[in-house]
Amino acid sequence: METSSASSTPASRAFQVPSRATDGQKAQTLIEIENFDFYYGAKQALFDINLKLDDKRVTAFIGPSGCGKSTLLRCLNRMNDLIDGTSIKRGGIKIRGVDVNARDVDSIELRKRVGMVFQKSNPFPKSIYENVIYGLRIQGETNKAKLDAVVEKSLRGAALWDEVKDRLHESGLGLSGGQQQRLCIARTIAVSPEIILMDEPCSALDPIATAKVEELIHELKKEFTIIIVTHSMQQAARCSDKTAFFYMGKLIEYADTRTIFMNPGNPQTEAYVSGRFG
Amino acid sequence: MSTPANPFASKPSRSRSFEKVILGVFRTATYIILICGAAVFGDILLKGVPTVANAFKTTSTFPYVTNTFLFEAPESLYVFEHEGKTMEMGDKDYRAFREAEIAKAAAAGLPPPVFKSSSYVYSAGGIWPCIVGTVLLVVGSMTIALFLGVCSAIFLNEYAKDGPIVRFIRLAILNLAGVPSIVFGLFGFGLFVIYLDWNVSLLAGWFTLAFMVLPVVITASEESLKAVPKGFREGSLALGATKWQTIRKNVLPYALPGILTSSILGIARVAGETAPIMFTAAYVVRDKLPWDVEKASDFFFQGVMALPYHIYVVSSKIPQNEYTSRVQYGTAFVFLGIVALIATASIIFRNKLRSRYQW
Repeated sequence: METSSASSTPASRAFQVPSRATDGQKAQTLIEIENFDFYYGAKQALFDINLKLDDKRVTAFIGPSGCGKSTLLRCLNRMNDLIDGTSIKRGGIKIRGVDVNARDVDSIELRKRVGMVFQKSNPFPKSIYENVIYGLRIQGETNKAKLDAVVEKSLRGAALWDEVKDRLHESGLGLSGGQQQRLCIARTIAVSPEIILMDEPCSALDPIATAKVEELIHELKKEFTIIIVTHSMQQAARCSDKTAFFYMGKLIEYADTRTIFMNPGNPQTEAYVSGRFG
Repeated sequence: MSTPANPFASKPSRSRSFEKVILGVFRTATYIILICGAAVFGDILLKGVPTVANAFKTTSTFPYVTNTFLFEAPESLYVFEHEGKTMEMGDKDYRAFREAEIAKAAAAGLPPPVFKSSSYVYSAGGIWPCIVGTVLLVVGSMTIALFLGVCSAIFLNEYAKDGPIVRFIRLAILNLAGVPSIVFGLFGFGLFVIYLDWNVSLLAGWFTLAFMVLPVVITASEESLKAVPKGFREGSLALGATKWQTIRKNVLPYALPGILTSSILGIARVAGETAPIMFTAAYVVRDKLPWDVEKASDFFFQGVMALPYHIYVVSSKIPQNEYTSRVQYGTAFVFLGIVALIATASIIFRNKLRSRYQW
């Protein structure tokens, strides 16, 4: 019932408008964050964030622990709604011009369009197959042929198909750490979102698994807008187009990744990317 | 050349000797418990097994062998002298026997024989109605307790925002666990039996017992829900699932084994408590079996016999002697057996569930 009523609102319609920029074109703004203040209870976590994120690009959020980068990421698909006592005191986030916190935006519909990959890979204790189609099952899809197709497409999309195609019905927990994380990515792209949020997706992975996920990010950005929070500056440098540096809940600098790392405009950014603190 | 002194040689010290003493204390405490437990179970087993074992009887119809102690209703036991022999018989048999003897004497033209008997209530026959009643009470009350308990645990753990009200509710639930069972019995008597006018009935017993085990079920269900990793919930919600879809598909199945573990403890309590049912559901004696009702709704509004209450009755309301002790120990033994049986079944079911979902 929620789905039908929500899909008629202007907000959710806006999320389904396919206006995919092709590579080589000048990037279009997809997400606009304006004067955004965010609180955990009485403690302010984000101070006056202003940020425009590009469509079909990879944007990296970097900064020391507790700087608010994960908080901002979780605001984009309203995962912070699930935490007691959080509030937005000022400003807002617009995706395709629609305020995600507006009254007529359903967080359920929003999360179908804005997927998320977590720091700790969290495959469900089900088979690989069931893990991938979880989102579709939730939406009530029962067509076996369609589900099979989605499983193959998603696993291929997550560069996992060749490794698991013979054991789709074994538990997802039997996979290695890196495979588990790619399974989570496959699960996310199976519901064909527009934006994929990645919250330190490689922090628990070894370098080889990390390299695979980074390659994957390069592939995925052809189809999805990716926002990645990372502790690793090398990772941000390797796989993002633009980088935002946060410190103490404030956005210090936002520019092309190359600029941030080669020629940062702010002394704090320079200190951080050159490894002097953080 | 002398060998160097061993630097690791044990040196006597106060803390070393205390170590031995404290180990002895722990060990003794454990053994005392073990011995007490073994003595109680051994006593019941030793005296109870013969009651059941001696009650096997062959019949002419299917299933050809039956156990009068397990599958018959309780009767009074008559002990009497007849032709120089001491005889024991259940109520019905005794009456038939006496009439037959009187008729035999009349046919032979003799004066009717005099029977000098002493009777012991409930000491003959069996405990079938009690077994049935206990099973009904356990199944009904656990169904109610699990439904209410799991619902409220889900509400408290997944939906309710932590605040003074929720904390107060939790405190109230914890306190409920400490309320003596007789208080639950009186509460059930006041609310269900008198106020709602359900009389002494299965329904009143079910709800009274359910309220008694609810704190255990709620607390344990909450613990099991908490044990499900947060990542499962977040992962599901991030895929656009609603809260209830997440709970139903990705939380509850993994919490179920834990919830069942707690309910196994609940089963033992529900089956074993006498106080809550003595005013609400239990009859001292009732010949009719629960399914022997005129209309279906009567089923819920009938009292039943129950094993713990029967044990209470036979051990406190009738004299203690060699004739009554058989039914006393026999009932206790069967009762233990049934609780063990229900618990084993639940454990097997739980382990099946647990092996299905592993993380």
